[in-house]
Amino acid sequence: MTLFLLSIMVFLGGQVLPGNVGRAILGPLADIRAVDALNHSLGLDRPLLVQYWDWISSFVRGDMGTSYIFRAPVAPFVIDALGNSMKLALVAFVMVVPLGILGGIIAALNVNRPIDRIISLGGLSATVLPEFVTGIIFILIFGVWLHWLPIAATWPKNAGFFTQIYYLILPALPLFLVLFGYIARMARSGMIEALDSDYTRTAVLKGLPWRVVIWRHVLRNALLPTITVIATQTGYLIGGLVVVETLFRYQGIGSLIFTAARGKDFPILEAGILTIGIVYSVATLVADVLYSVLNPRIRLGAEQ
Amino acid sequence: MSAIGAKQPELPSSSTRGPVAEVLVSLSLSGSFLTGLVIVAFWVFCALFGEHFTPYDPLADDIINSLMPPSAEHWFGTDQLGRDVFSRVIVGSRDILTVAPLATLLATVAGTTLGLFTGYFRGLVDDIISRVLEAFMAIPVVIVALLAIVALGTSKSTVIIVIGLSFSPIIARTVRSAVLSERELDYVAAAQLRRESALHTMFVEILPNVVPPILVETTVRLGYAIFAVATLSFMGFGIQPPSPDWGLSISSNYGMIAGGFWWTVLFDALAIASLVVGVNLVADGVQGALND
Amino acid sequence: MTEPTIKENALELHNLSVAYRVSRRNRAVLRDLSLTIRPGEAYGLVGESGCGKSTVALSVVRYLPRNGVITVGEIFLGGQNVMKLDGEALRRMRAESVSMVYQDPGKALNPSIRIGPQLTEIFELRAISRQMASDQAIAMLSRVRISDPVRVMQRYPHQLSGGMQQRVGIAMALANDPTMLILDEPTTGLDATVEAEVLDLIGRLRQELSASILFISHNLAVVSRMCDRVGVLYAGMLVEEGSTEEVFNNPRHPYTVALLRCLPRGGQRKDQIRLDTIPGFLPPPGATINGCAFADRCALADARCHNELPPLHDLGGRLSRCHYHEKAQSLPRTTPGNISTSSAAALLEPVLRIEGLNKTYASHGHALRAVNDVSLDLLPGQTLGLVGESGSGKTTFARLLLGLIPADAGGTMQLEGKPLAPKLESRTADQVKAMQIVFQNPDSALNRSHSIRHIMGRALHTLAGLSGPALRSRLVDLVHSVRLTERHLSVKPRQLSGGLKQRVAIARAFAGDPRIVVCDEPTSALDVSVQAAILNLLADLQMKESVSYIFISHDLAVVRYLSDQIAVLYLGRILELGPSERVFSGPHHPYTEALLSAVPKLDESERVRVRLDGEIPSAINPPSGCVFHTRCPRKIGAICEVEEPPLFTAEPGHTIRCHIPYLELARLQNAQEEINA
Repeated sequence: MTLFLLSIMVFLGGQVLPGNVGRAILGPLADIRAVDALNHSLGLDRPLLVQYWDWISSFVRGDMGTSYIFRAPVAPFVIDALGNSMKLALVAFVMVVPLGILGGIIAALNVNRPIDRIISLGGLSATVLPEFVTGIIFILIFGVWLHWLPIAATWPKNAGFFTQIYYLILPALPLFLVLFGYIARMARSGMIEALDSDYTRTAVLKGLPWRVVIWRHVLRNALLPTITVIATQTGYLIGGLVVVETLFRYQGIGSLIFTAARGKDFPILEAGILTIGIVYSVATLVADVLYSVLNPRIRLGAEQ
Repeated sequence: MSAIGAKQPELPSSSTRGPVAEVLVSLSLSGSFLTGLVIVAFWVFCALFGEHFTPYDPLADDIINSLMPPSAEHWFGTDQLGRDVFSRVIVGSRDILTVAPLATLLATVAGTTLGLFTGYFRGLVDDIISRVLEAFMAIPVVIVALLAIVALGTSKSTVIIVIGLSFSPIIARTVRSAVLSERELDYVAAAQLRRESALHTMFVEILPNVVPPILVETTVRLGYAIFAVATLSFMGFGIQPPSPDWGLSISSNYGMIAGGFWWTVLFDALAIASLVVGVNLVADGVQGALND
Repeated sequence: MTEPTIKENALELHNLSVAYRVSRRNRAVLRDLSLTIRPGEAYGLVGESGCGKSTVALSVVRYLPRNGVITVGEIFLGGQNVMKLDGEALRRMRAESVSMVYQDPGKALNPSIRIGPQLTEIFELRAISRQMASDQAIAMLSRVRISDPVRVMQRYPHQLSGGMQQRVGIAMALANDPTMLILDEPTTGLDATVEAEVLDLIGRLRQELSASILFISHNLAVVSRMCDRVGVLYAGMLVEEGSTEEVFNNPRHPYTVALLRCLPRGGQRKDQIRLDTIPGFLPPPGATINGCAFADRCALADARCHNELPPLHDLGGRLSRCHYHEKAQSLPRTTPGNISTSSAAALLEPVLRIEGLNKTYASHGHALRAVNDVSLDLLPGQTLGLVGESGSGKTTFARLLLGLIPADAGGTMQLEGKPLAPKLESRTADQVKAMQIVFQNPDSALNRSHSIRHIMGRALHTLAGLSGPALRSRLVDLVHSVRLTERHLSVKPRQLSGGLKQRVAIARAFAGDPRIVVCDEPTSALDVSVQAAILNLLADLQMKESVSYIFISHDLAVVRYLSDQIAVLYLGRILELGPSERVFSGPHHPYTEALLSAVPKLDESERVRVRLDGEIPSAINPPSGCVFHTRCPRKIGAICEVEEPPLFTAEPGHTIRCHIPYLELARLQNAQEEINA
């Protein structure tokens, strides 16, 4: 359902809002007949519903249309780019999920102490720093001044797994910063709520060792909401990819969308965005399933 | 029966201040809020009056002195057209500080209205609108904006409208959930029992009670609006040349950092960073004060 | 103090003072509190909200909120100085010698862990095998009278009812065989019949166990039933202490005297007497108190009381913190004891006539009959009391009348002889203003963003159609009629106490000169002293305005005080309907009998209760035949399971829905009375 609405919006955004696509591509000086001819060859002179149906049904079949610029099918571009982006996203996630959760837990266990303020405010501030800003600063520090890490994410051909990761660390850092704050904040507030709860009081007053209270009683309830957040963060992550991939000259879906946007290549643009929507929806679905598996109140309804 | 409570002070709670005053007091005690406020005020001041004290014209080319490293004459060096980076950084907040707040304002007004209606009426209207908003939120704001701006063409007002509308579902969601819980309170039932109109109930009864979350969301959103505008400018879809805008400057100069010309981008990057962090500290303070 | 005396007592508090740190200031909540609980003794701590009861409990187990600090004093638990324990010793103390049962059992259990592991982990602390721990857990569940412990071990907390959850809570508390058991409002929030079961359980376990008990409650009757000795807390101070018997029958502190007088007891009724009240307010936490904390509200107080803190006078085995303890009981009444009413019991046309009212909800594909075939009349100037446990449909019924939710088609409602549409939108303006409501919780019912002036003014504007000077003068009248002053008009609800807020809500309901006001548990969120004032106000307003009330309450004494007629609801059906005194005196429906029997009373000694088995069945799938047969202690046979009994007329105006003939009911219930007498 969400995807259906999304596809309509993308379609409207990509094919209706711009008005005359032929004119947009060929520029204001082009001959009117050339524009019409181009529009006709692109099938843009047909009724909207027909165009939409055509577009979405081919998309479902895996045919994402033909790029205006490359004059080649879109699908291979998108799939390649998605694969590359996944690698980058994965590197960022592998770094940020454990550290974000850990940060949140440490902050919650030290509420209102300096370490909590540092993690919370630092994390929160990092979240609103645009990726290109942190990216630039990291490039300057680690790439230009210290020469620790390569400043472009283009590894040599046949690079091994670890070499690839080595090239991806610097691009992943800005993403890490943006996500860290979110995840740490959710983990922190979940922890605080769980620590202040009546059931934690019960557990402490049972005389259980503190370790057991935290592991058995607090963590599970505290981290449930964080799961959902991590899934919704994939959306923000992909938004960040557009910038990061451009900045680091990495062939991912973000830079593909960016290039397509620059060149007004609507088929690629639409396919790219819809793909992102699908990835996002899958991620939220996985989170929902995981959440209900871990939460008995949802898994087993009240039974009277 | 004698008058109960008549001769007693009617305020058993110790608070004599109004709620607004209490929030202000609590804000003035918050170190992070004050720090943020100083930073934001500094950039607002620069945007308004910065041109009067910049050492050079931020737009004036000086090709002979291009790409000069920081020195006594050019504190932050010069860019590839020889423009003084310090002067450009000082006035570089002008555009972003008009575009981002206006976009946030638009988002708040649109989001609040949407949230009130969907939360109050529920049912089919709510379902449909919520679905649309959900679909909208499946795509990162930057990408939605990208698509819309490519389709509509680049201009400041397009950026404002696009970012404003992209943020409104997020605010609408916050408002809606607040309205949903307010709706369950008995004062709403009492209003129904007086047969108040839906508009009265929404805007006079419910709205004042959901102002705190709206306020928090708005300050938080302002930070993200700056984020989004800067990012769009960096990608060439936001503020357009020759504005000395920070994101735009970075965009035109970052290709050269491998060559060691770090001063052409670093100061702009730090300026953006300080502004968003400042706004964010303010937001954090507001949130803390309103949640007490 | 010498070692041996300390060792003897289960709990000793020495001059305990506790403060909460709010806005960088310490606000005292407990002041110089000393008390002793002897081994095996059950000690009750009573007081109104905000007096610091729960803080005592949390101090003993050293679990104060982050901002709570013990400023002075010592706590000895079984001879151990609790304040001097390090982390590990504290944990061992909690594991081995002290346990607590909490107010909200649903929240006190971990929602994502099954009951089994939550219980066995306590036994596992003693380093025994998992199997042994599990066996002991099952044994413990049986001990708290859970009939199917193995199955319950497999459940998550949300799958159990409130009463079952609290049994599990008690089982957990007893698992470590504590020497000190703290019960913090263990039955508050449970239905009366469930509360009675839990109290029975605690009473029986007391005989089996050696634990001393600290029983904290706002409910005097519950404490009097459960405890040997009782301490009365006021503003964080112990004002009176003694044996339960003595304190409740022969109080020696004016606060205790006043508190006991606030309760409607012994069949007091609105047409005979107004309840006594306590004027003024509890001093807020952190207030500086120079003299007696109660002096501002005490009619006996003189200059000495205001300036000089009274010591705890030892009156031979009991204590009173009053300079004039010997004349405490001569505390003058704040309200006239007797009132003259012209009970014009003329035959009147009913103001409201309900016939065959139904309400069905769709719930996950099942039909849920929340209100089932309800018919009744309401006479002008009279009160109809609605009683029944949660889920009985009381509130749904009230909302149907008001049109807040539409009734099913088929039934009829008539207001003053004219048909009343099910939907609010279809009613006439006069009908809308003729029926208003006072909600349970004034915090929810009053818009916190608006001033009292706005709240009342808006009601006068929309309901009475007033504006300008007429509105202003009527507003002043209205404020006075609920005994507020004009100074209250400019404030916002949160600046008023609970009782004052409820007055505003009452004033709002009366703005349009209603014929009927629905009162939905209007005093259950209030302390007893405030409750008394609100009940008096409602009774006075009724007399003056000859308005009718539909009065919903779970508190039978309160219902009895205010009601002329009573309807007993169970699973949306009326099981009994009749004049208030008839319903109370009986013979009554077995369910009414059980409800009455479940309520702990201050002035009655031990009695044999009529017990109810099991839980209220689900309304989605109500029992066949008589809906009450699954729990009925007087079920006579198969007919109860098969055939729904008719409402038979016991006496004119008094109907009962039961298969047992009236005379037989009378005989059975008289026999019960005799056992108790």
